[in-house]
Amino acid sequence: MNAIAPVIHIPRLDSTGRVAFHRILLSEWTKLRSVRSTAWSLLAGLLLTVAFPIIFAFVLSAHWGHMSPQERATHTPLEVALAGVNVAQLAIAVLGVLVISAEYSTGSIRATLTAVPKRLPVLWAKLIDYSLLSFVLMVPAVLVSFFASQAILARHDILQTSFTAPGVARSMIGGALYVMLVGIFALAIGAMIRNTAGGIATFAGIFFVIPPLMNILPLSWNNAISEWLPSDAGRQLFSLDHAAHTLTPLGGGLVFAAYCAAAVAIAAFLLERRDV
Amino acid sequence: MIEARELTKDYGDKRAVDGLSFTVEPGVVTGFLGPNGSGKSTTMRLVLGLDAPTHGDVTVNGKHYRDHVAPLHEVGALLEARSVHTGRSAYNHLLALAQTHGISKRRVHDLIDLVGLHEVTRKRAGQFSLGMGQRLGIAVALLGDPRTVMLDEPVNGLDPEGIHWIRNLLKGLAAEGRTVFVSSHLMSEMALTADHLIVIGRGKLIADTSVDDFVARASQKVVLVRSPELERLREALGGQEVTFVAVERGALEVHGLTAEEIGDAAAAAGVALHELTPQQASLEEAFMNLTRDEVEFGHHDEEQEEVAA
Repeated sequence: MNAIAPVIHIPRLDSTGRVAFHRILLSEWTKLRSVRSTAWSLLAGLLLTVAFPIIFAFVLSAHWGHMSPQERATHTPLEVALAGVNVAQLAIAVLGVLVISAEYSTGSIRATLTAVPKRLPVLWAKLIDYSLLSFVLMVPAVLVSFFASQAILARHDILQTSFTAPGVARSMIGGALYVMLVGIFALAIGAMIRNTAGGIATFAGIFFVIPPLMNILPLSWNNAISEWLPSDAGRQLFSLDHAAHTLTPLGGGLVFAAYCAAAVAIAAFLLERRDV
Repeated sequence: MIEARELTKDYGDKRAVDGLSFTVEPGVVTGFLGPNGSGKSTTMRLVLGLDAPTHGDVTVNGKHYRDHVAPLHEVGALLEARSVHTGRSAYNHLLALAQTHGISKRRVHDLIDLVGLHEVTRKRAGQFSLGMGQRLGIAVALLGDPRTVMLDEPVNGLDPEGIHWIRNLLKGLAAEGRTVFVSSHLMSEMALTADHLIVIGRGKLIADTSVDDFVARASQKVVLVRSPELERLREALGGQEVTFVAVERGALEVHGLTAEEIGDAAAAAGVALHELTPQQASLEEAFMNLTRDEVEFGHHDEEQEEVAA
């Protein structure tokens, strides 16, 4: 070891930039794309969105001849085309939770909030980056699933509809919008719970456990409550037929968006208040 | 410059930082010393606004950390607990932080080279050794060319070469006029790098002094005395504030008097002295003496456990 070591000089920075929102957006985008869980979750979400309609289209085509007219009447073209959305939402939700909970589990949140000590812009940037990414990926996925499932069903000339038929285009975009909102909701839950397992469990509880529990209630209660649950309300965005006790697509979408806004507001309040 | 005023932080009913007031000046290396669990890491989190103080206030370069428009240019921090996503590469971790301030990729590469992580720049941080993790943390701290550098236990996990490198780095940063605030629970480490010391125990300020004064103050009142007439010497020196420790046959350690006072008293009593040596306590002993009562036995902070793991 040298008794007199050379003094280390840090290269000076030529320009000093301020923290700005567009820079935080870029930073969060870098974070999003630079972990493997992003690619895997999104790939799973996309595959599920496309694969399920194709599988269902083949299965229905094969069995159509053996089905009673009553049974045939229970199936709709959109139900097939958007079957994957119900599964894809889980992948998008898990990643949504992870986008923020992994920052807490690994401690990188401390580095993040040291760079952006005002905190809230980090949450906004994560939400914007992640919702844009999931929407941009989901739109082509639902379109592919629609045209692919229609093409398969067309060979047996069953369950045909047109993209320009009333409500079809809206349901496609609505399906992508629904998944995007699910991602926002899950990210907000992740920010509240700050723990991956807890965040995913909370999301699953709200979306997959509570809705079927409503069936235990008397029908009048079930009808009154279920349509206001986040999952049922949001689902109206991509439903073509509306039963008596469901909200309209716009109404349901707005109710779900309001749930998301409330979750984000709580997450923002807690992010501002809590120690890291 | 870091200025803390009556800084206090409670976690539940436990007080981690208790009325700390101090100023860390630019141009020198200030050591932040205290036993494990004494509140050093908490204080640093309070400086960065990661935790909010229960009472009191702390500013960096004249403002609350969160009010700076370009925080990474003001403070570069290495925290004790890991602050890196285990699934992200060193390069992407630095890049994401750099992008918040519009800092170039060129500089990210420069810093990776500076801390010697060039070989592993694309490797996931979860596979890093403790030493590599520290180097990455130091690269983060220096990314924004900050006026104040605050490092929590930077030599943790570094090999001797790395420790040597850090010492030179800190001295160089201070020589450039930056504020350098470095915590350690090892007095010997601070003796080699720090000019000034802020010593805390159980969250309270124990000393705010230069390294030289700190040692002098802790060691000046212990004197080794050798004499053929120790019993008479004890009588001559006897007083409430004075204690004696038998070291070996014919020798005593006198606590509570200076060498001058002992020599004068011995001369007045006509006692012959064969040796009269002020004991220069080592820095480690000085630190132990000061903080002995402040160590919380059996208590471990979350962050200490992370380091041990």
